[in-house]
Amino acid sequence: MKNLLKNKFVISAAILIVAGMIYTGCENVKESVSGDASSHVYVAPGSYDEFYAFMSGGFSGQLAVYGLPSGRLFRTISVFSQNPEKGYGYSEETKPMLMTSYGFVPWDDAHHPELSMTDGVPDGRYIFINGNNTPRIAKIDLKEFETTEIIEIPNSAGNHGSPFVTENTEYIVAATRFSIPIPNKDVAISSYKENFKGTISFIKLDKESGKMSLAFQILVPGFNYDLAHAGKGPSHGWAFFTCYNSEQANTLLEINASKNDKDFVAAVNWQLAEKFIAEGKYTTMKSRYFHNYMDESEQTAKSEEMTEVKVLNPENLPGLIYYLPTPKSPHGVDVDPSGEYIVAGGKLASLLPVHSFSRFLKAVEEKKFDGAINNIPILQYDAVIAGEVKNPGLGPLHTEFDGQGYAYTSAFISSEIVKWKIGTWEVVDRIPTYYSIGHLSIPGGDSKKPFGKYVIALNKITKDRYLPTGPELTQSAQLIDISGEKMKLLLDFPTVGEPHYAQALPADMLVKNSKKFYKIEDNKNRYVTKSEKDARVERSGNVVHVYLTAIRSHFAPDNIEGIRTGDDVYFHVTNLEQDWDIPHGFAVKGANNSELLVMPGETRTLHWKAKDEGIVPFYCTDFCSALHQEMSGYIRVSSANSNVPVTFGTGN
Amino acid sequence: MMKKKSKILIVIASLLLLLTFLFPLWKIDLQAPQYPEGLGLNIWVNQITGLNENDVDRINGLNHYIGMKAITPDDIPELQYMPYIIVFMVLFGLTIAFTGKRKLLYVWLGLFVVLAIIGLYDFYMWGYDYGHNLNPDAPIKVPGMTYQPPLFGSKQLLNINAVSLPYIGSIVILISILISIFTLFLDRTKTVKAKV
Repeated sequence: MKNLLKNKFVISAAILIVAGMIYTGCENVKESVSGDASSHVYVAPGSYDEFYAFMSGGFSGQLAVYGLPSGRLFRTISVFSQNPEKGYGYSEETKPMLMTSYGFVPWDDAHHPELSMTDGVPDGRYIFINGNNTPRIAKIDLKEFETTEIIEIPNSAGNHGSPFVTENTEYIVAATRFSIPIPNKDVAISSYKENFKGTISFIKLDKESGKMSLAFQILVPGFNYDLAHAGKGPSHGWAFFTCYNSEQANTLLEINASKNDKDFVAAVNWQLAEKFIAEGKYTTMKSRYFHNYMDESEQTAKSEEMTEVKVLNPENLPGLIYYLPTPKSPHGVDVDPSGEYIVAGGKLASLLPVHSFSRFLKAVEEKKFDGAINNIPILQYDAVIAGEVKNPGLGPLHTEFDGQGYAYTSAFISSEIVKWKIGTWEVVDRIPTYYSIGHLSIPGGDSKKPFGKYVIALNKITKDRYLPTGPELTQSAQLIDISGEKMKLLLDFPTVGEPHYAQALPADMLVKNSKKFYKIEDNKNRYVTKSEKDARVERSGNVVHVYLTAIRSHFAPDNIEGIRTGDDVYFHVTNLEQDWDIPHGFAVKGANNSELLVMPGETRTLHWKAKDEGIVPFYCTDFCSALHQEMSGYIRVSSANSNVPVTFGTGN
Repeated sequence: MMKKKSKILIVIASLLLLLTFLFPLWKIDLQAPQYPEGLGLNIWVNQITGLNENDVDRINGLNHYIGMKAITPDDIPELQYMPYIIVFMVLFGLTIAFTGKRKLLYVWLGLFVVLAIIGLYDFYMWGYDYGHNLNPDAPIKVPGMTYQPPLFGSKQLLNINAVSLPYIGSIVILISILISIFTLFLDRTKTVKAKV
């Protein structure tokens, strides 16, 4: 009996423990996801997602495209990094895209995607992204989801505060993260305060051609410039840049650049800058930088070396820049849809300041200044502030808007998104993120008319959220429903590289512009072969040009003889298909660079060095047809002094 | 002699034929799962075009696997002289309306019907030729399989369901023939009544 009682006790205790485990387990799930979440993210087979999000690939140097709400990755766009998958940065046509004043730089650290805008709303034409390391801005054409232009930013030591666009994409801005001597020179690092400067750059987008050019740069005090946003509506004509390290520390920044209670938002009057440029109030500085663009008809990237830039110095151009004091080491600077409020997330601050654009103008008019730095007036904090969001989470970084009167701020340290009301500055909701959110993104959330509906949390850490894969874990984003009063977590999804920032827009804006293939008659590539009868092999000295065509399911020529060891062979592959979704690949055994992926109507060139005597096969790598496996050919390589004549053909 | 009303009807029947220059005679729709965007041919009095841009080339690209000859509209003589036949029929019809000779209308109608039948037969024979005279070196050879598209209706050809139907141009021709038959009927009954 005693034993039985004891047993009963043990059993009951076990039941209690198990029940408790089940209960807490349920609690955890309840806490994070509501029961109907899966139905909200389900996209039926064959259907498009409602939105498409372009997420920066961080240190992968690329840009990845995900459907929302499904979180499905369906495309990685090659931007700053070579991509052997399609020969980007390897083919002769695309290599010039990655040229810089430092030579060929086949990688970068890509941070902030920004959609082109018309009237302050995404227009679906282009998306821009910055190269943070080797200062660059890339333009991706959304007709084809390809990088079509990259401009280097001279006099910059890290292009972080970039590439934010003005209301009609008149300009794309860039601000240097690190200050350096400008022009750069050999000085003691400890002479920072004396020698180091920053620059803010304005890149013009030509209305007709869509081409970028560096319009002018503004020389600014040597702080670290972090993020930016252009004004809109009433604040159109201005651009705002956060800066930290107003202490001008050059070592142990984590301590030394965190001392001041307030750093700044720099308000730049770019319309006035245009006027100063027109009046000739600039100096021309010798600066070497590259401008690379894809020539659409020649289908070949061109690299232009630029040599000088127009520079404005605000020290003697009053009205060009004002500093708005902002606590503490601010990161994001975000302008609400009305264009009146400027939110700056002080990453070490305990409150979130919201500046008022109209109060700022009034304060300028009434000269409510609190000193100046290099002749740039500092406004009085109390004169420009509209309100402060109290308890906005720890480490508020970045804010976007839903168009319904609410703002959403990411808080890195407290790992949450905080929803607050514009005007009352009250926090109305908060939701945890897993873990350590950086930026966040609402479709159209930095525009005049946000599409709303979702916020994406772009997280820095994943820990236990995914299958452990050794020390290196996946990067991740989270989808949160913001259509109701309370935010609801819907989905976790893994991402390519570190998703610093993302922008999204509705699918129909992308569908309507999409190109199906390149018209062969418009192909003006220098090495195009427009029909099989023109396929040929031409030798001049040790250089051999193979004019090759691909169409289902053969190459012309597919037998090539007369190649000698030491030859530099250029395979100019033209895809003759004029049909949707029929790319052909081209791969040569042992190629030291990459394969090619050639779109219908396109020409791409692979350089190949013939090294050893023998037979070398080549083949199509993209499964194109029922006879794809047969789509192949042979190259005969003879000795350097052989007299095997150049012959070629298909089917003879 | 024909009544004024009949003459007007014949003018309409003749001029209607000019619409065949604006609309295809026949449409062949090729349906396959891999072509959600559609694939097919429009056959006109003077040309063959794709339902989408480049469809003729796309179809030729597919057909080379089964050894079918490429469809090259320039090599089809009918497309050269059919427009002349149409123009001739229009002018002939207008002449009948102008002269009012009812007997000539019988000739016009008879000729028209014969030409239409020859046209359909010719179209069938082209289809037969494309479907049967296949390159013996074709990569895909299915024993006993031929690829003649149907004249009317649908037929499964390997993975493709071919649907062939007359289009606006042919319907216009049919209406033109019906109007002229109706005119003959109208004209005859009135003449009979007048005699009584």
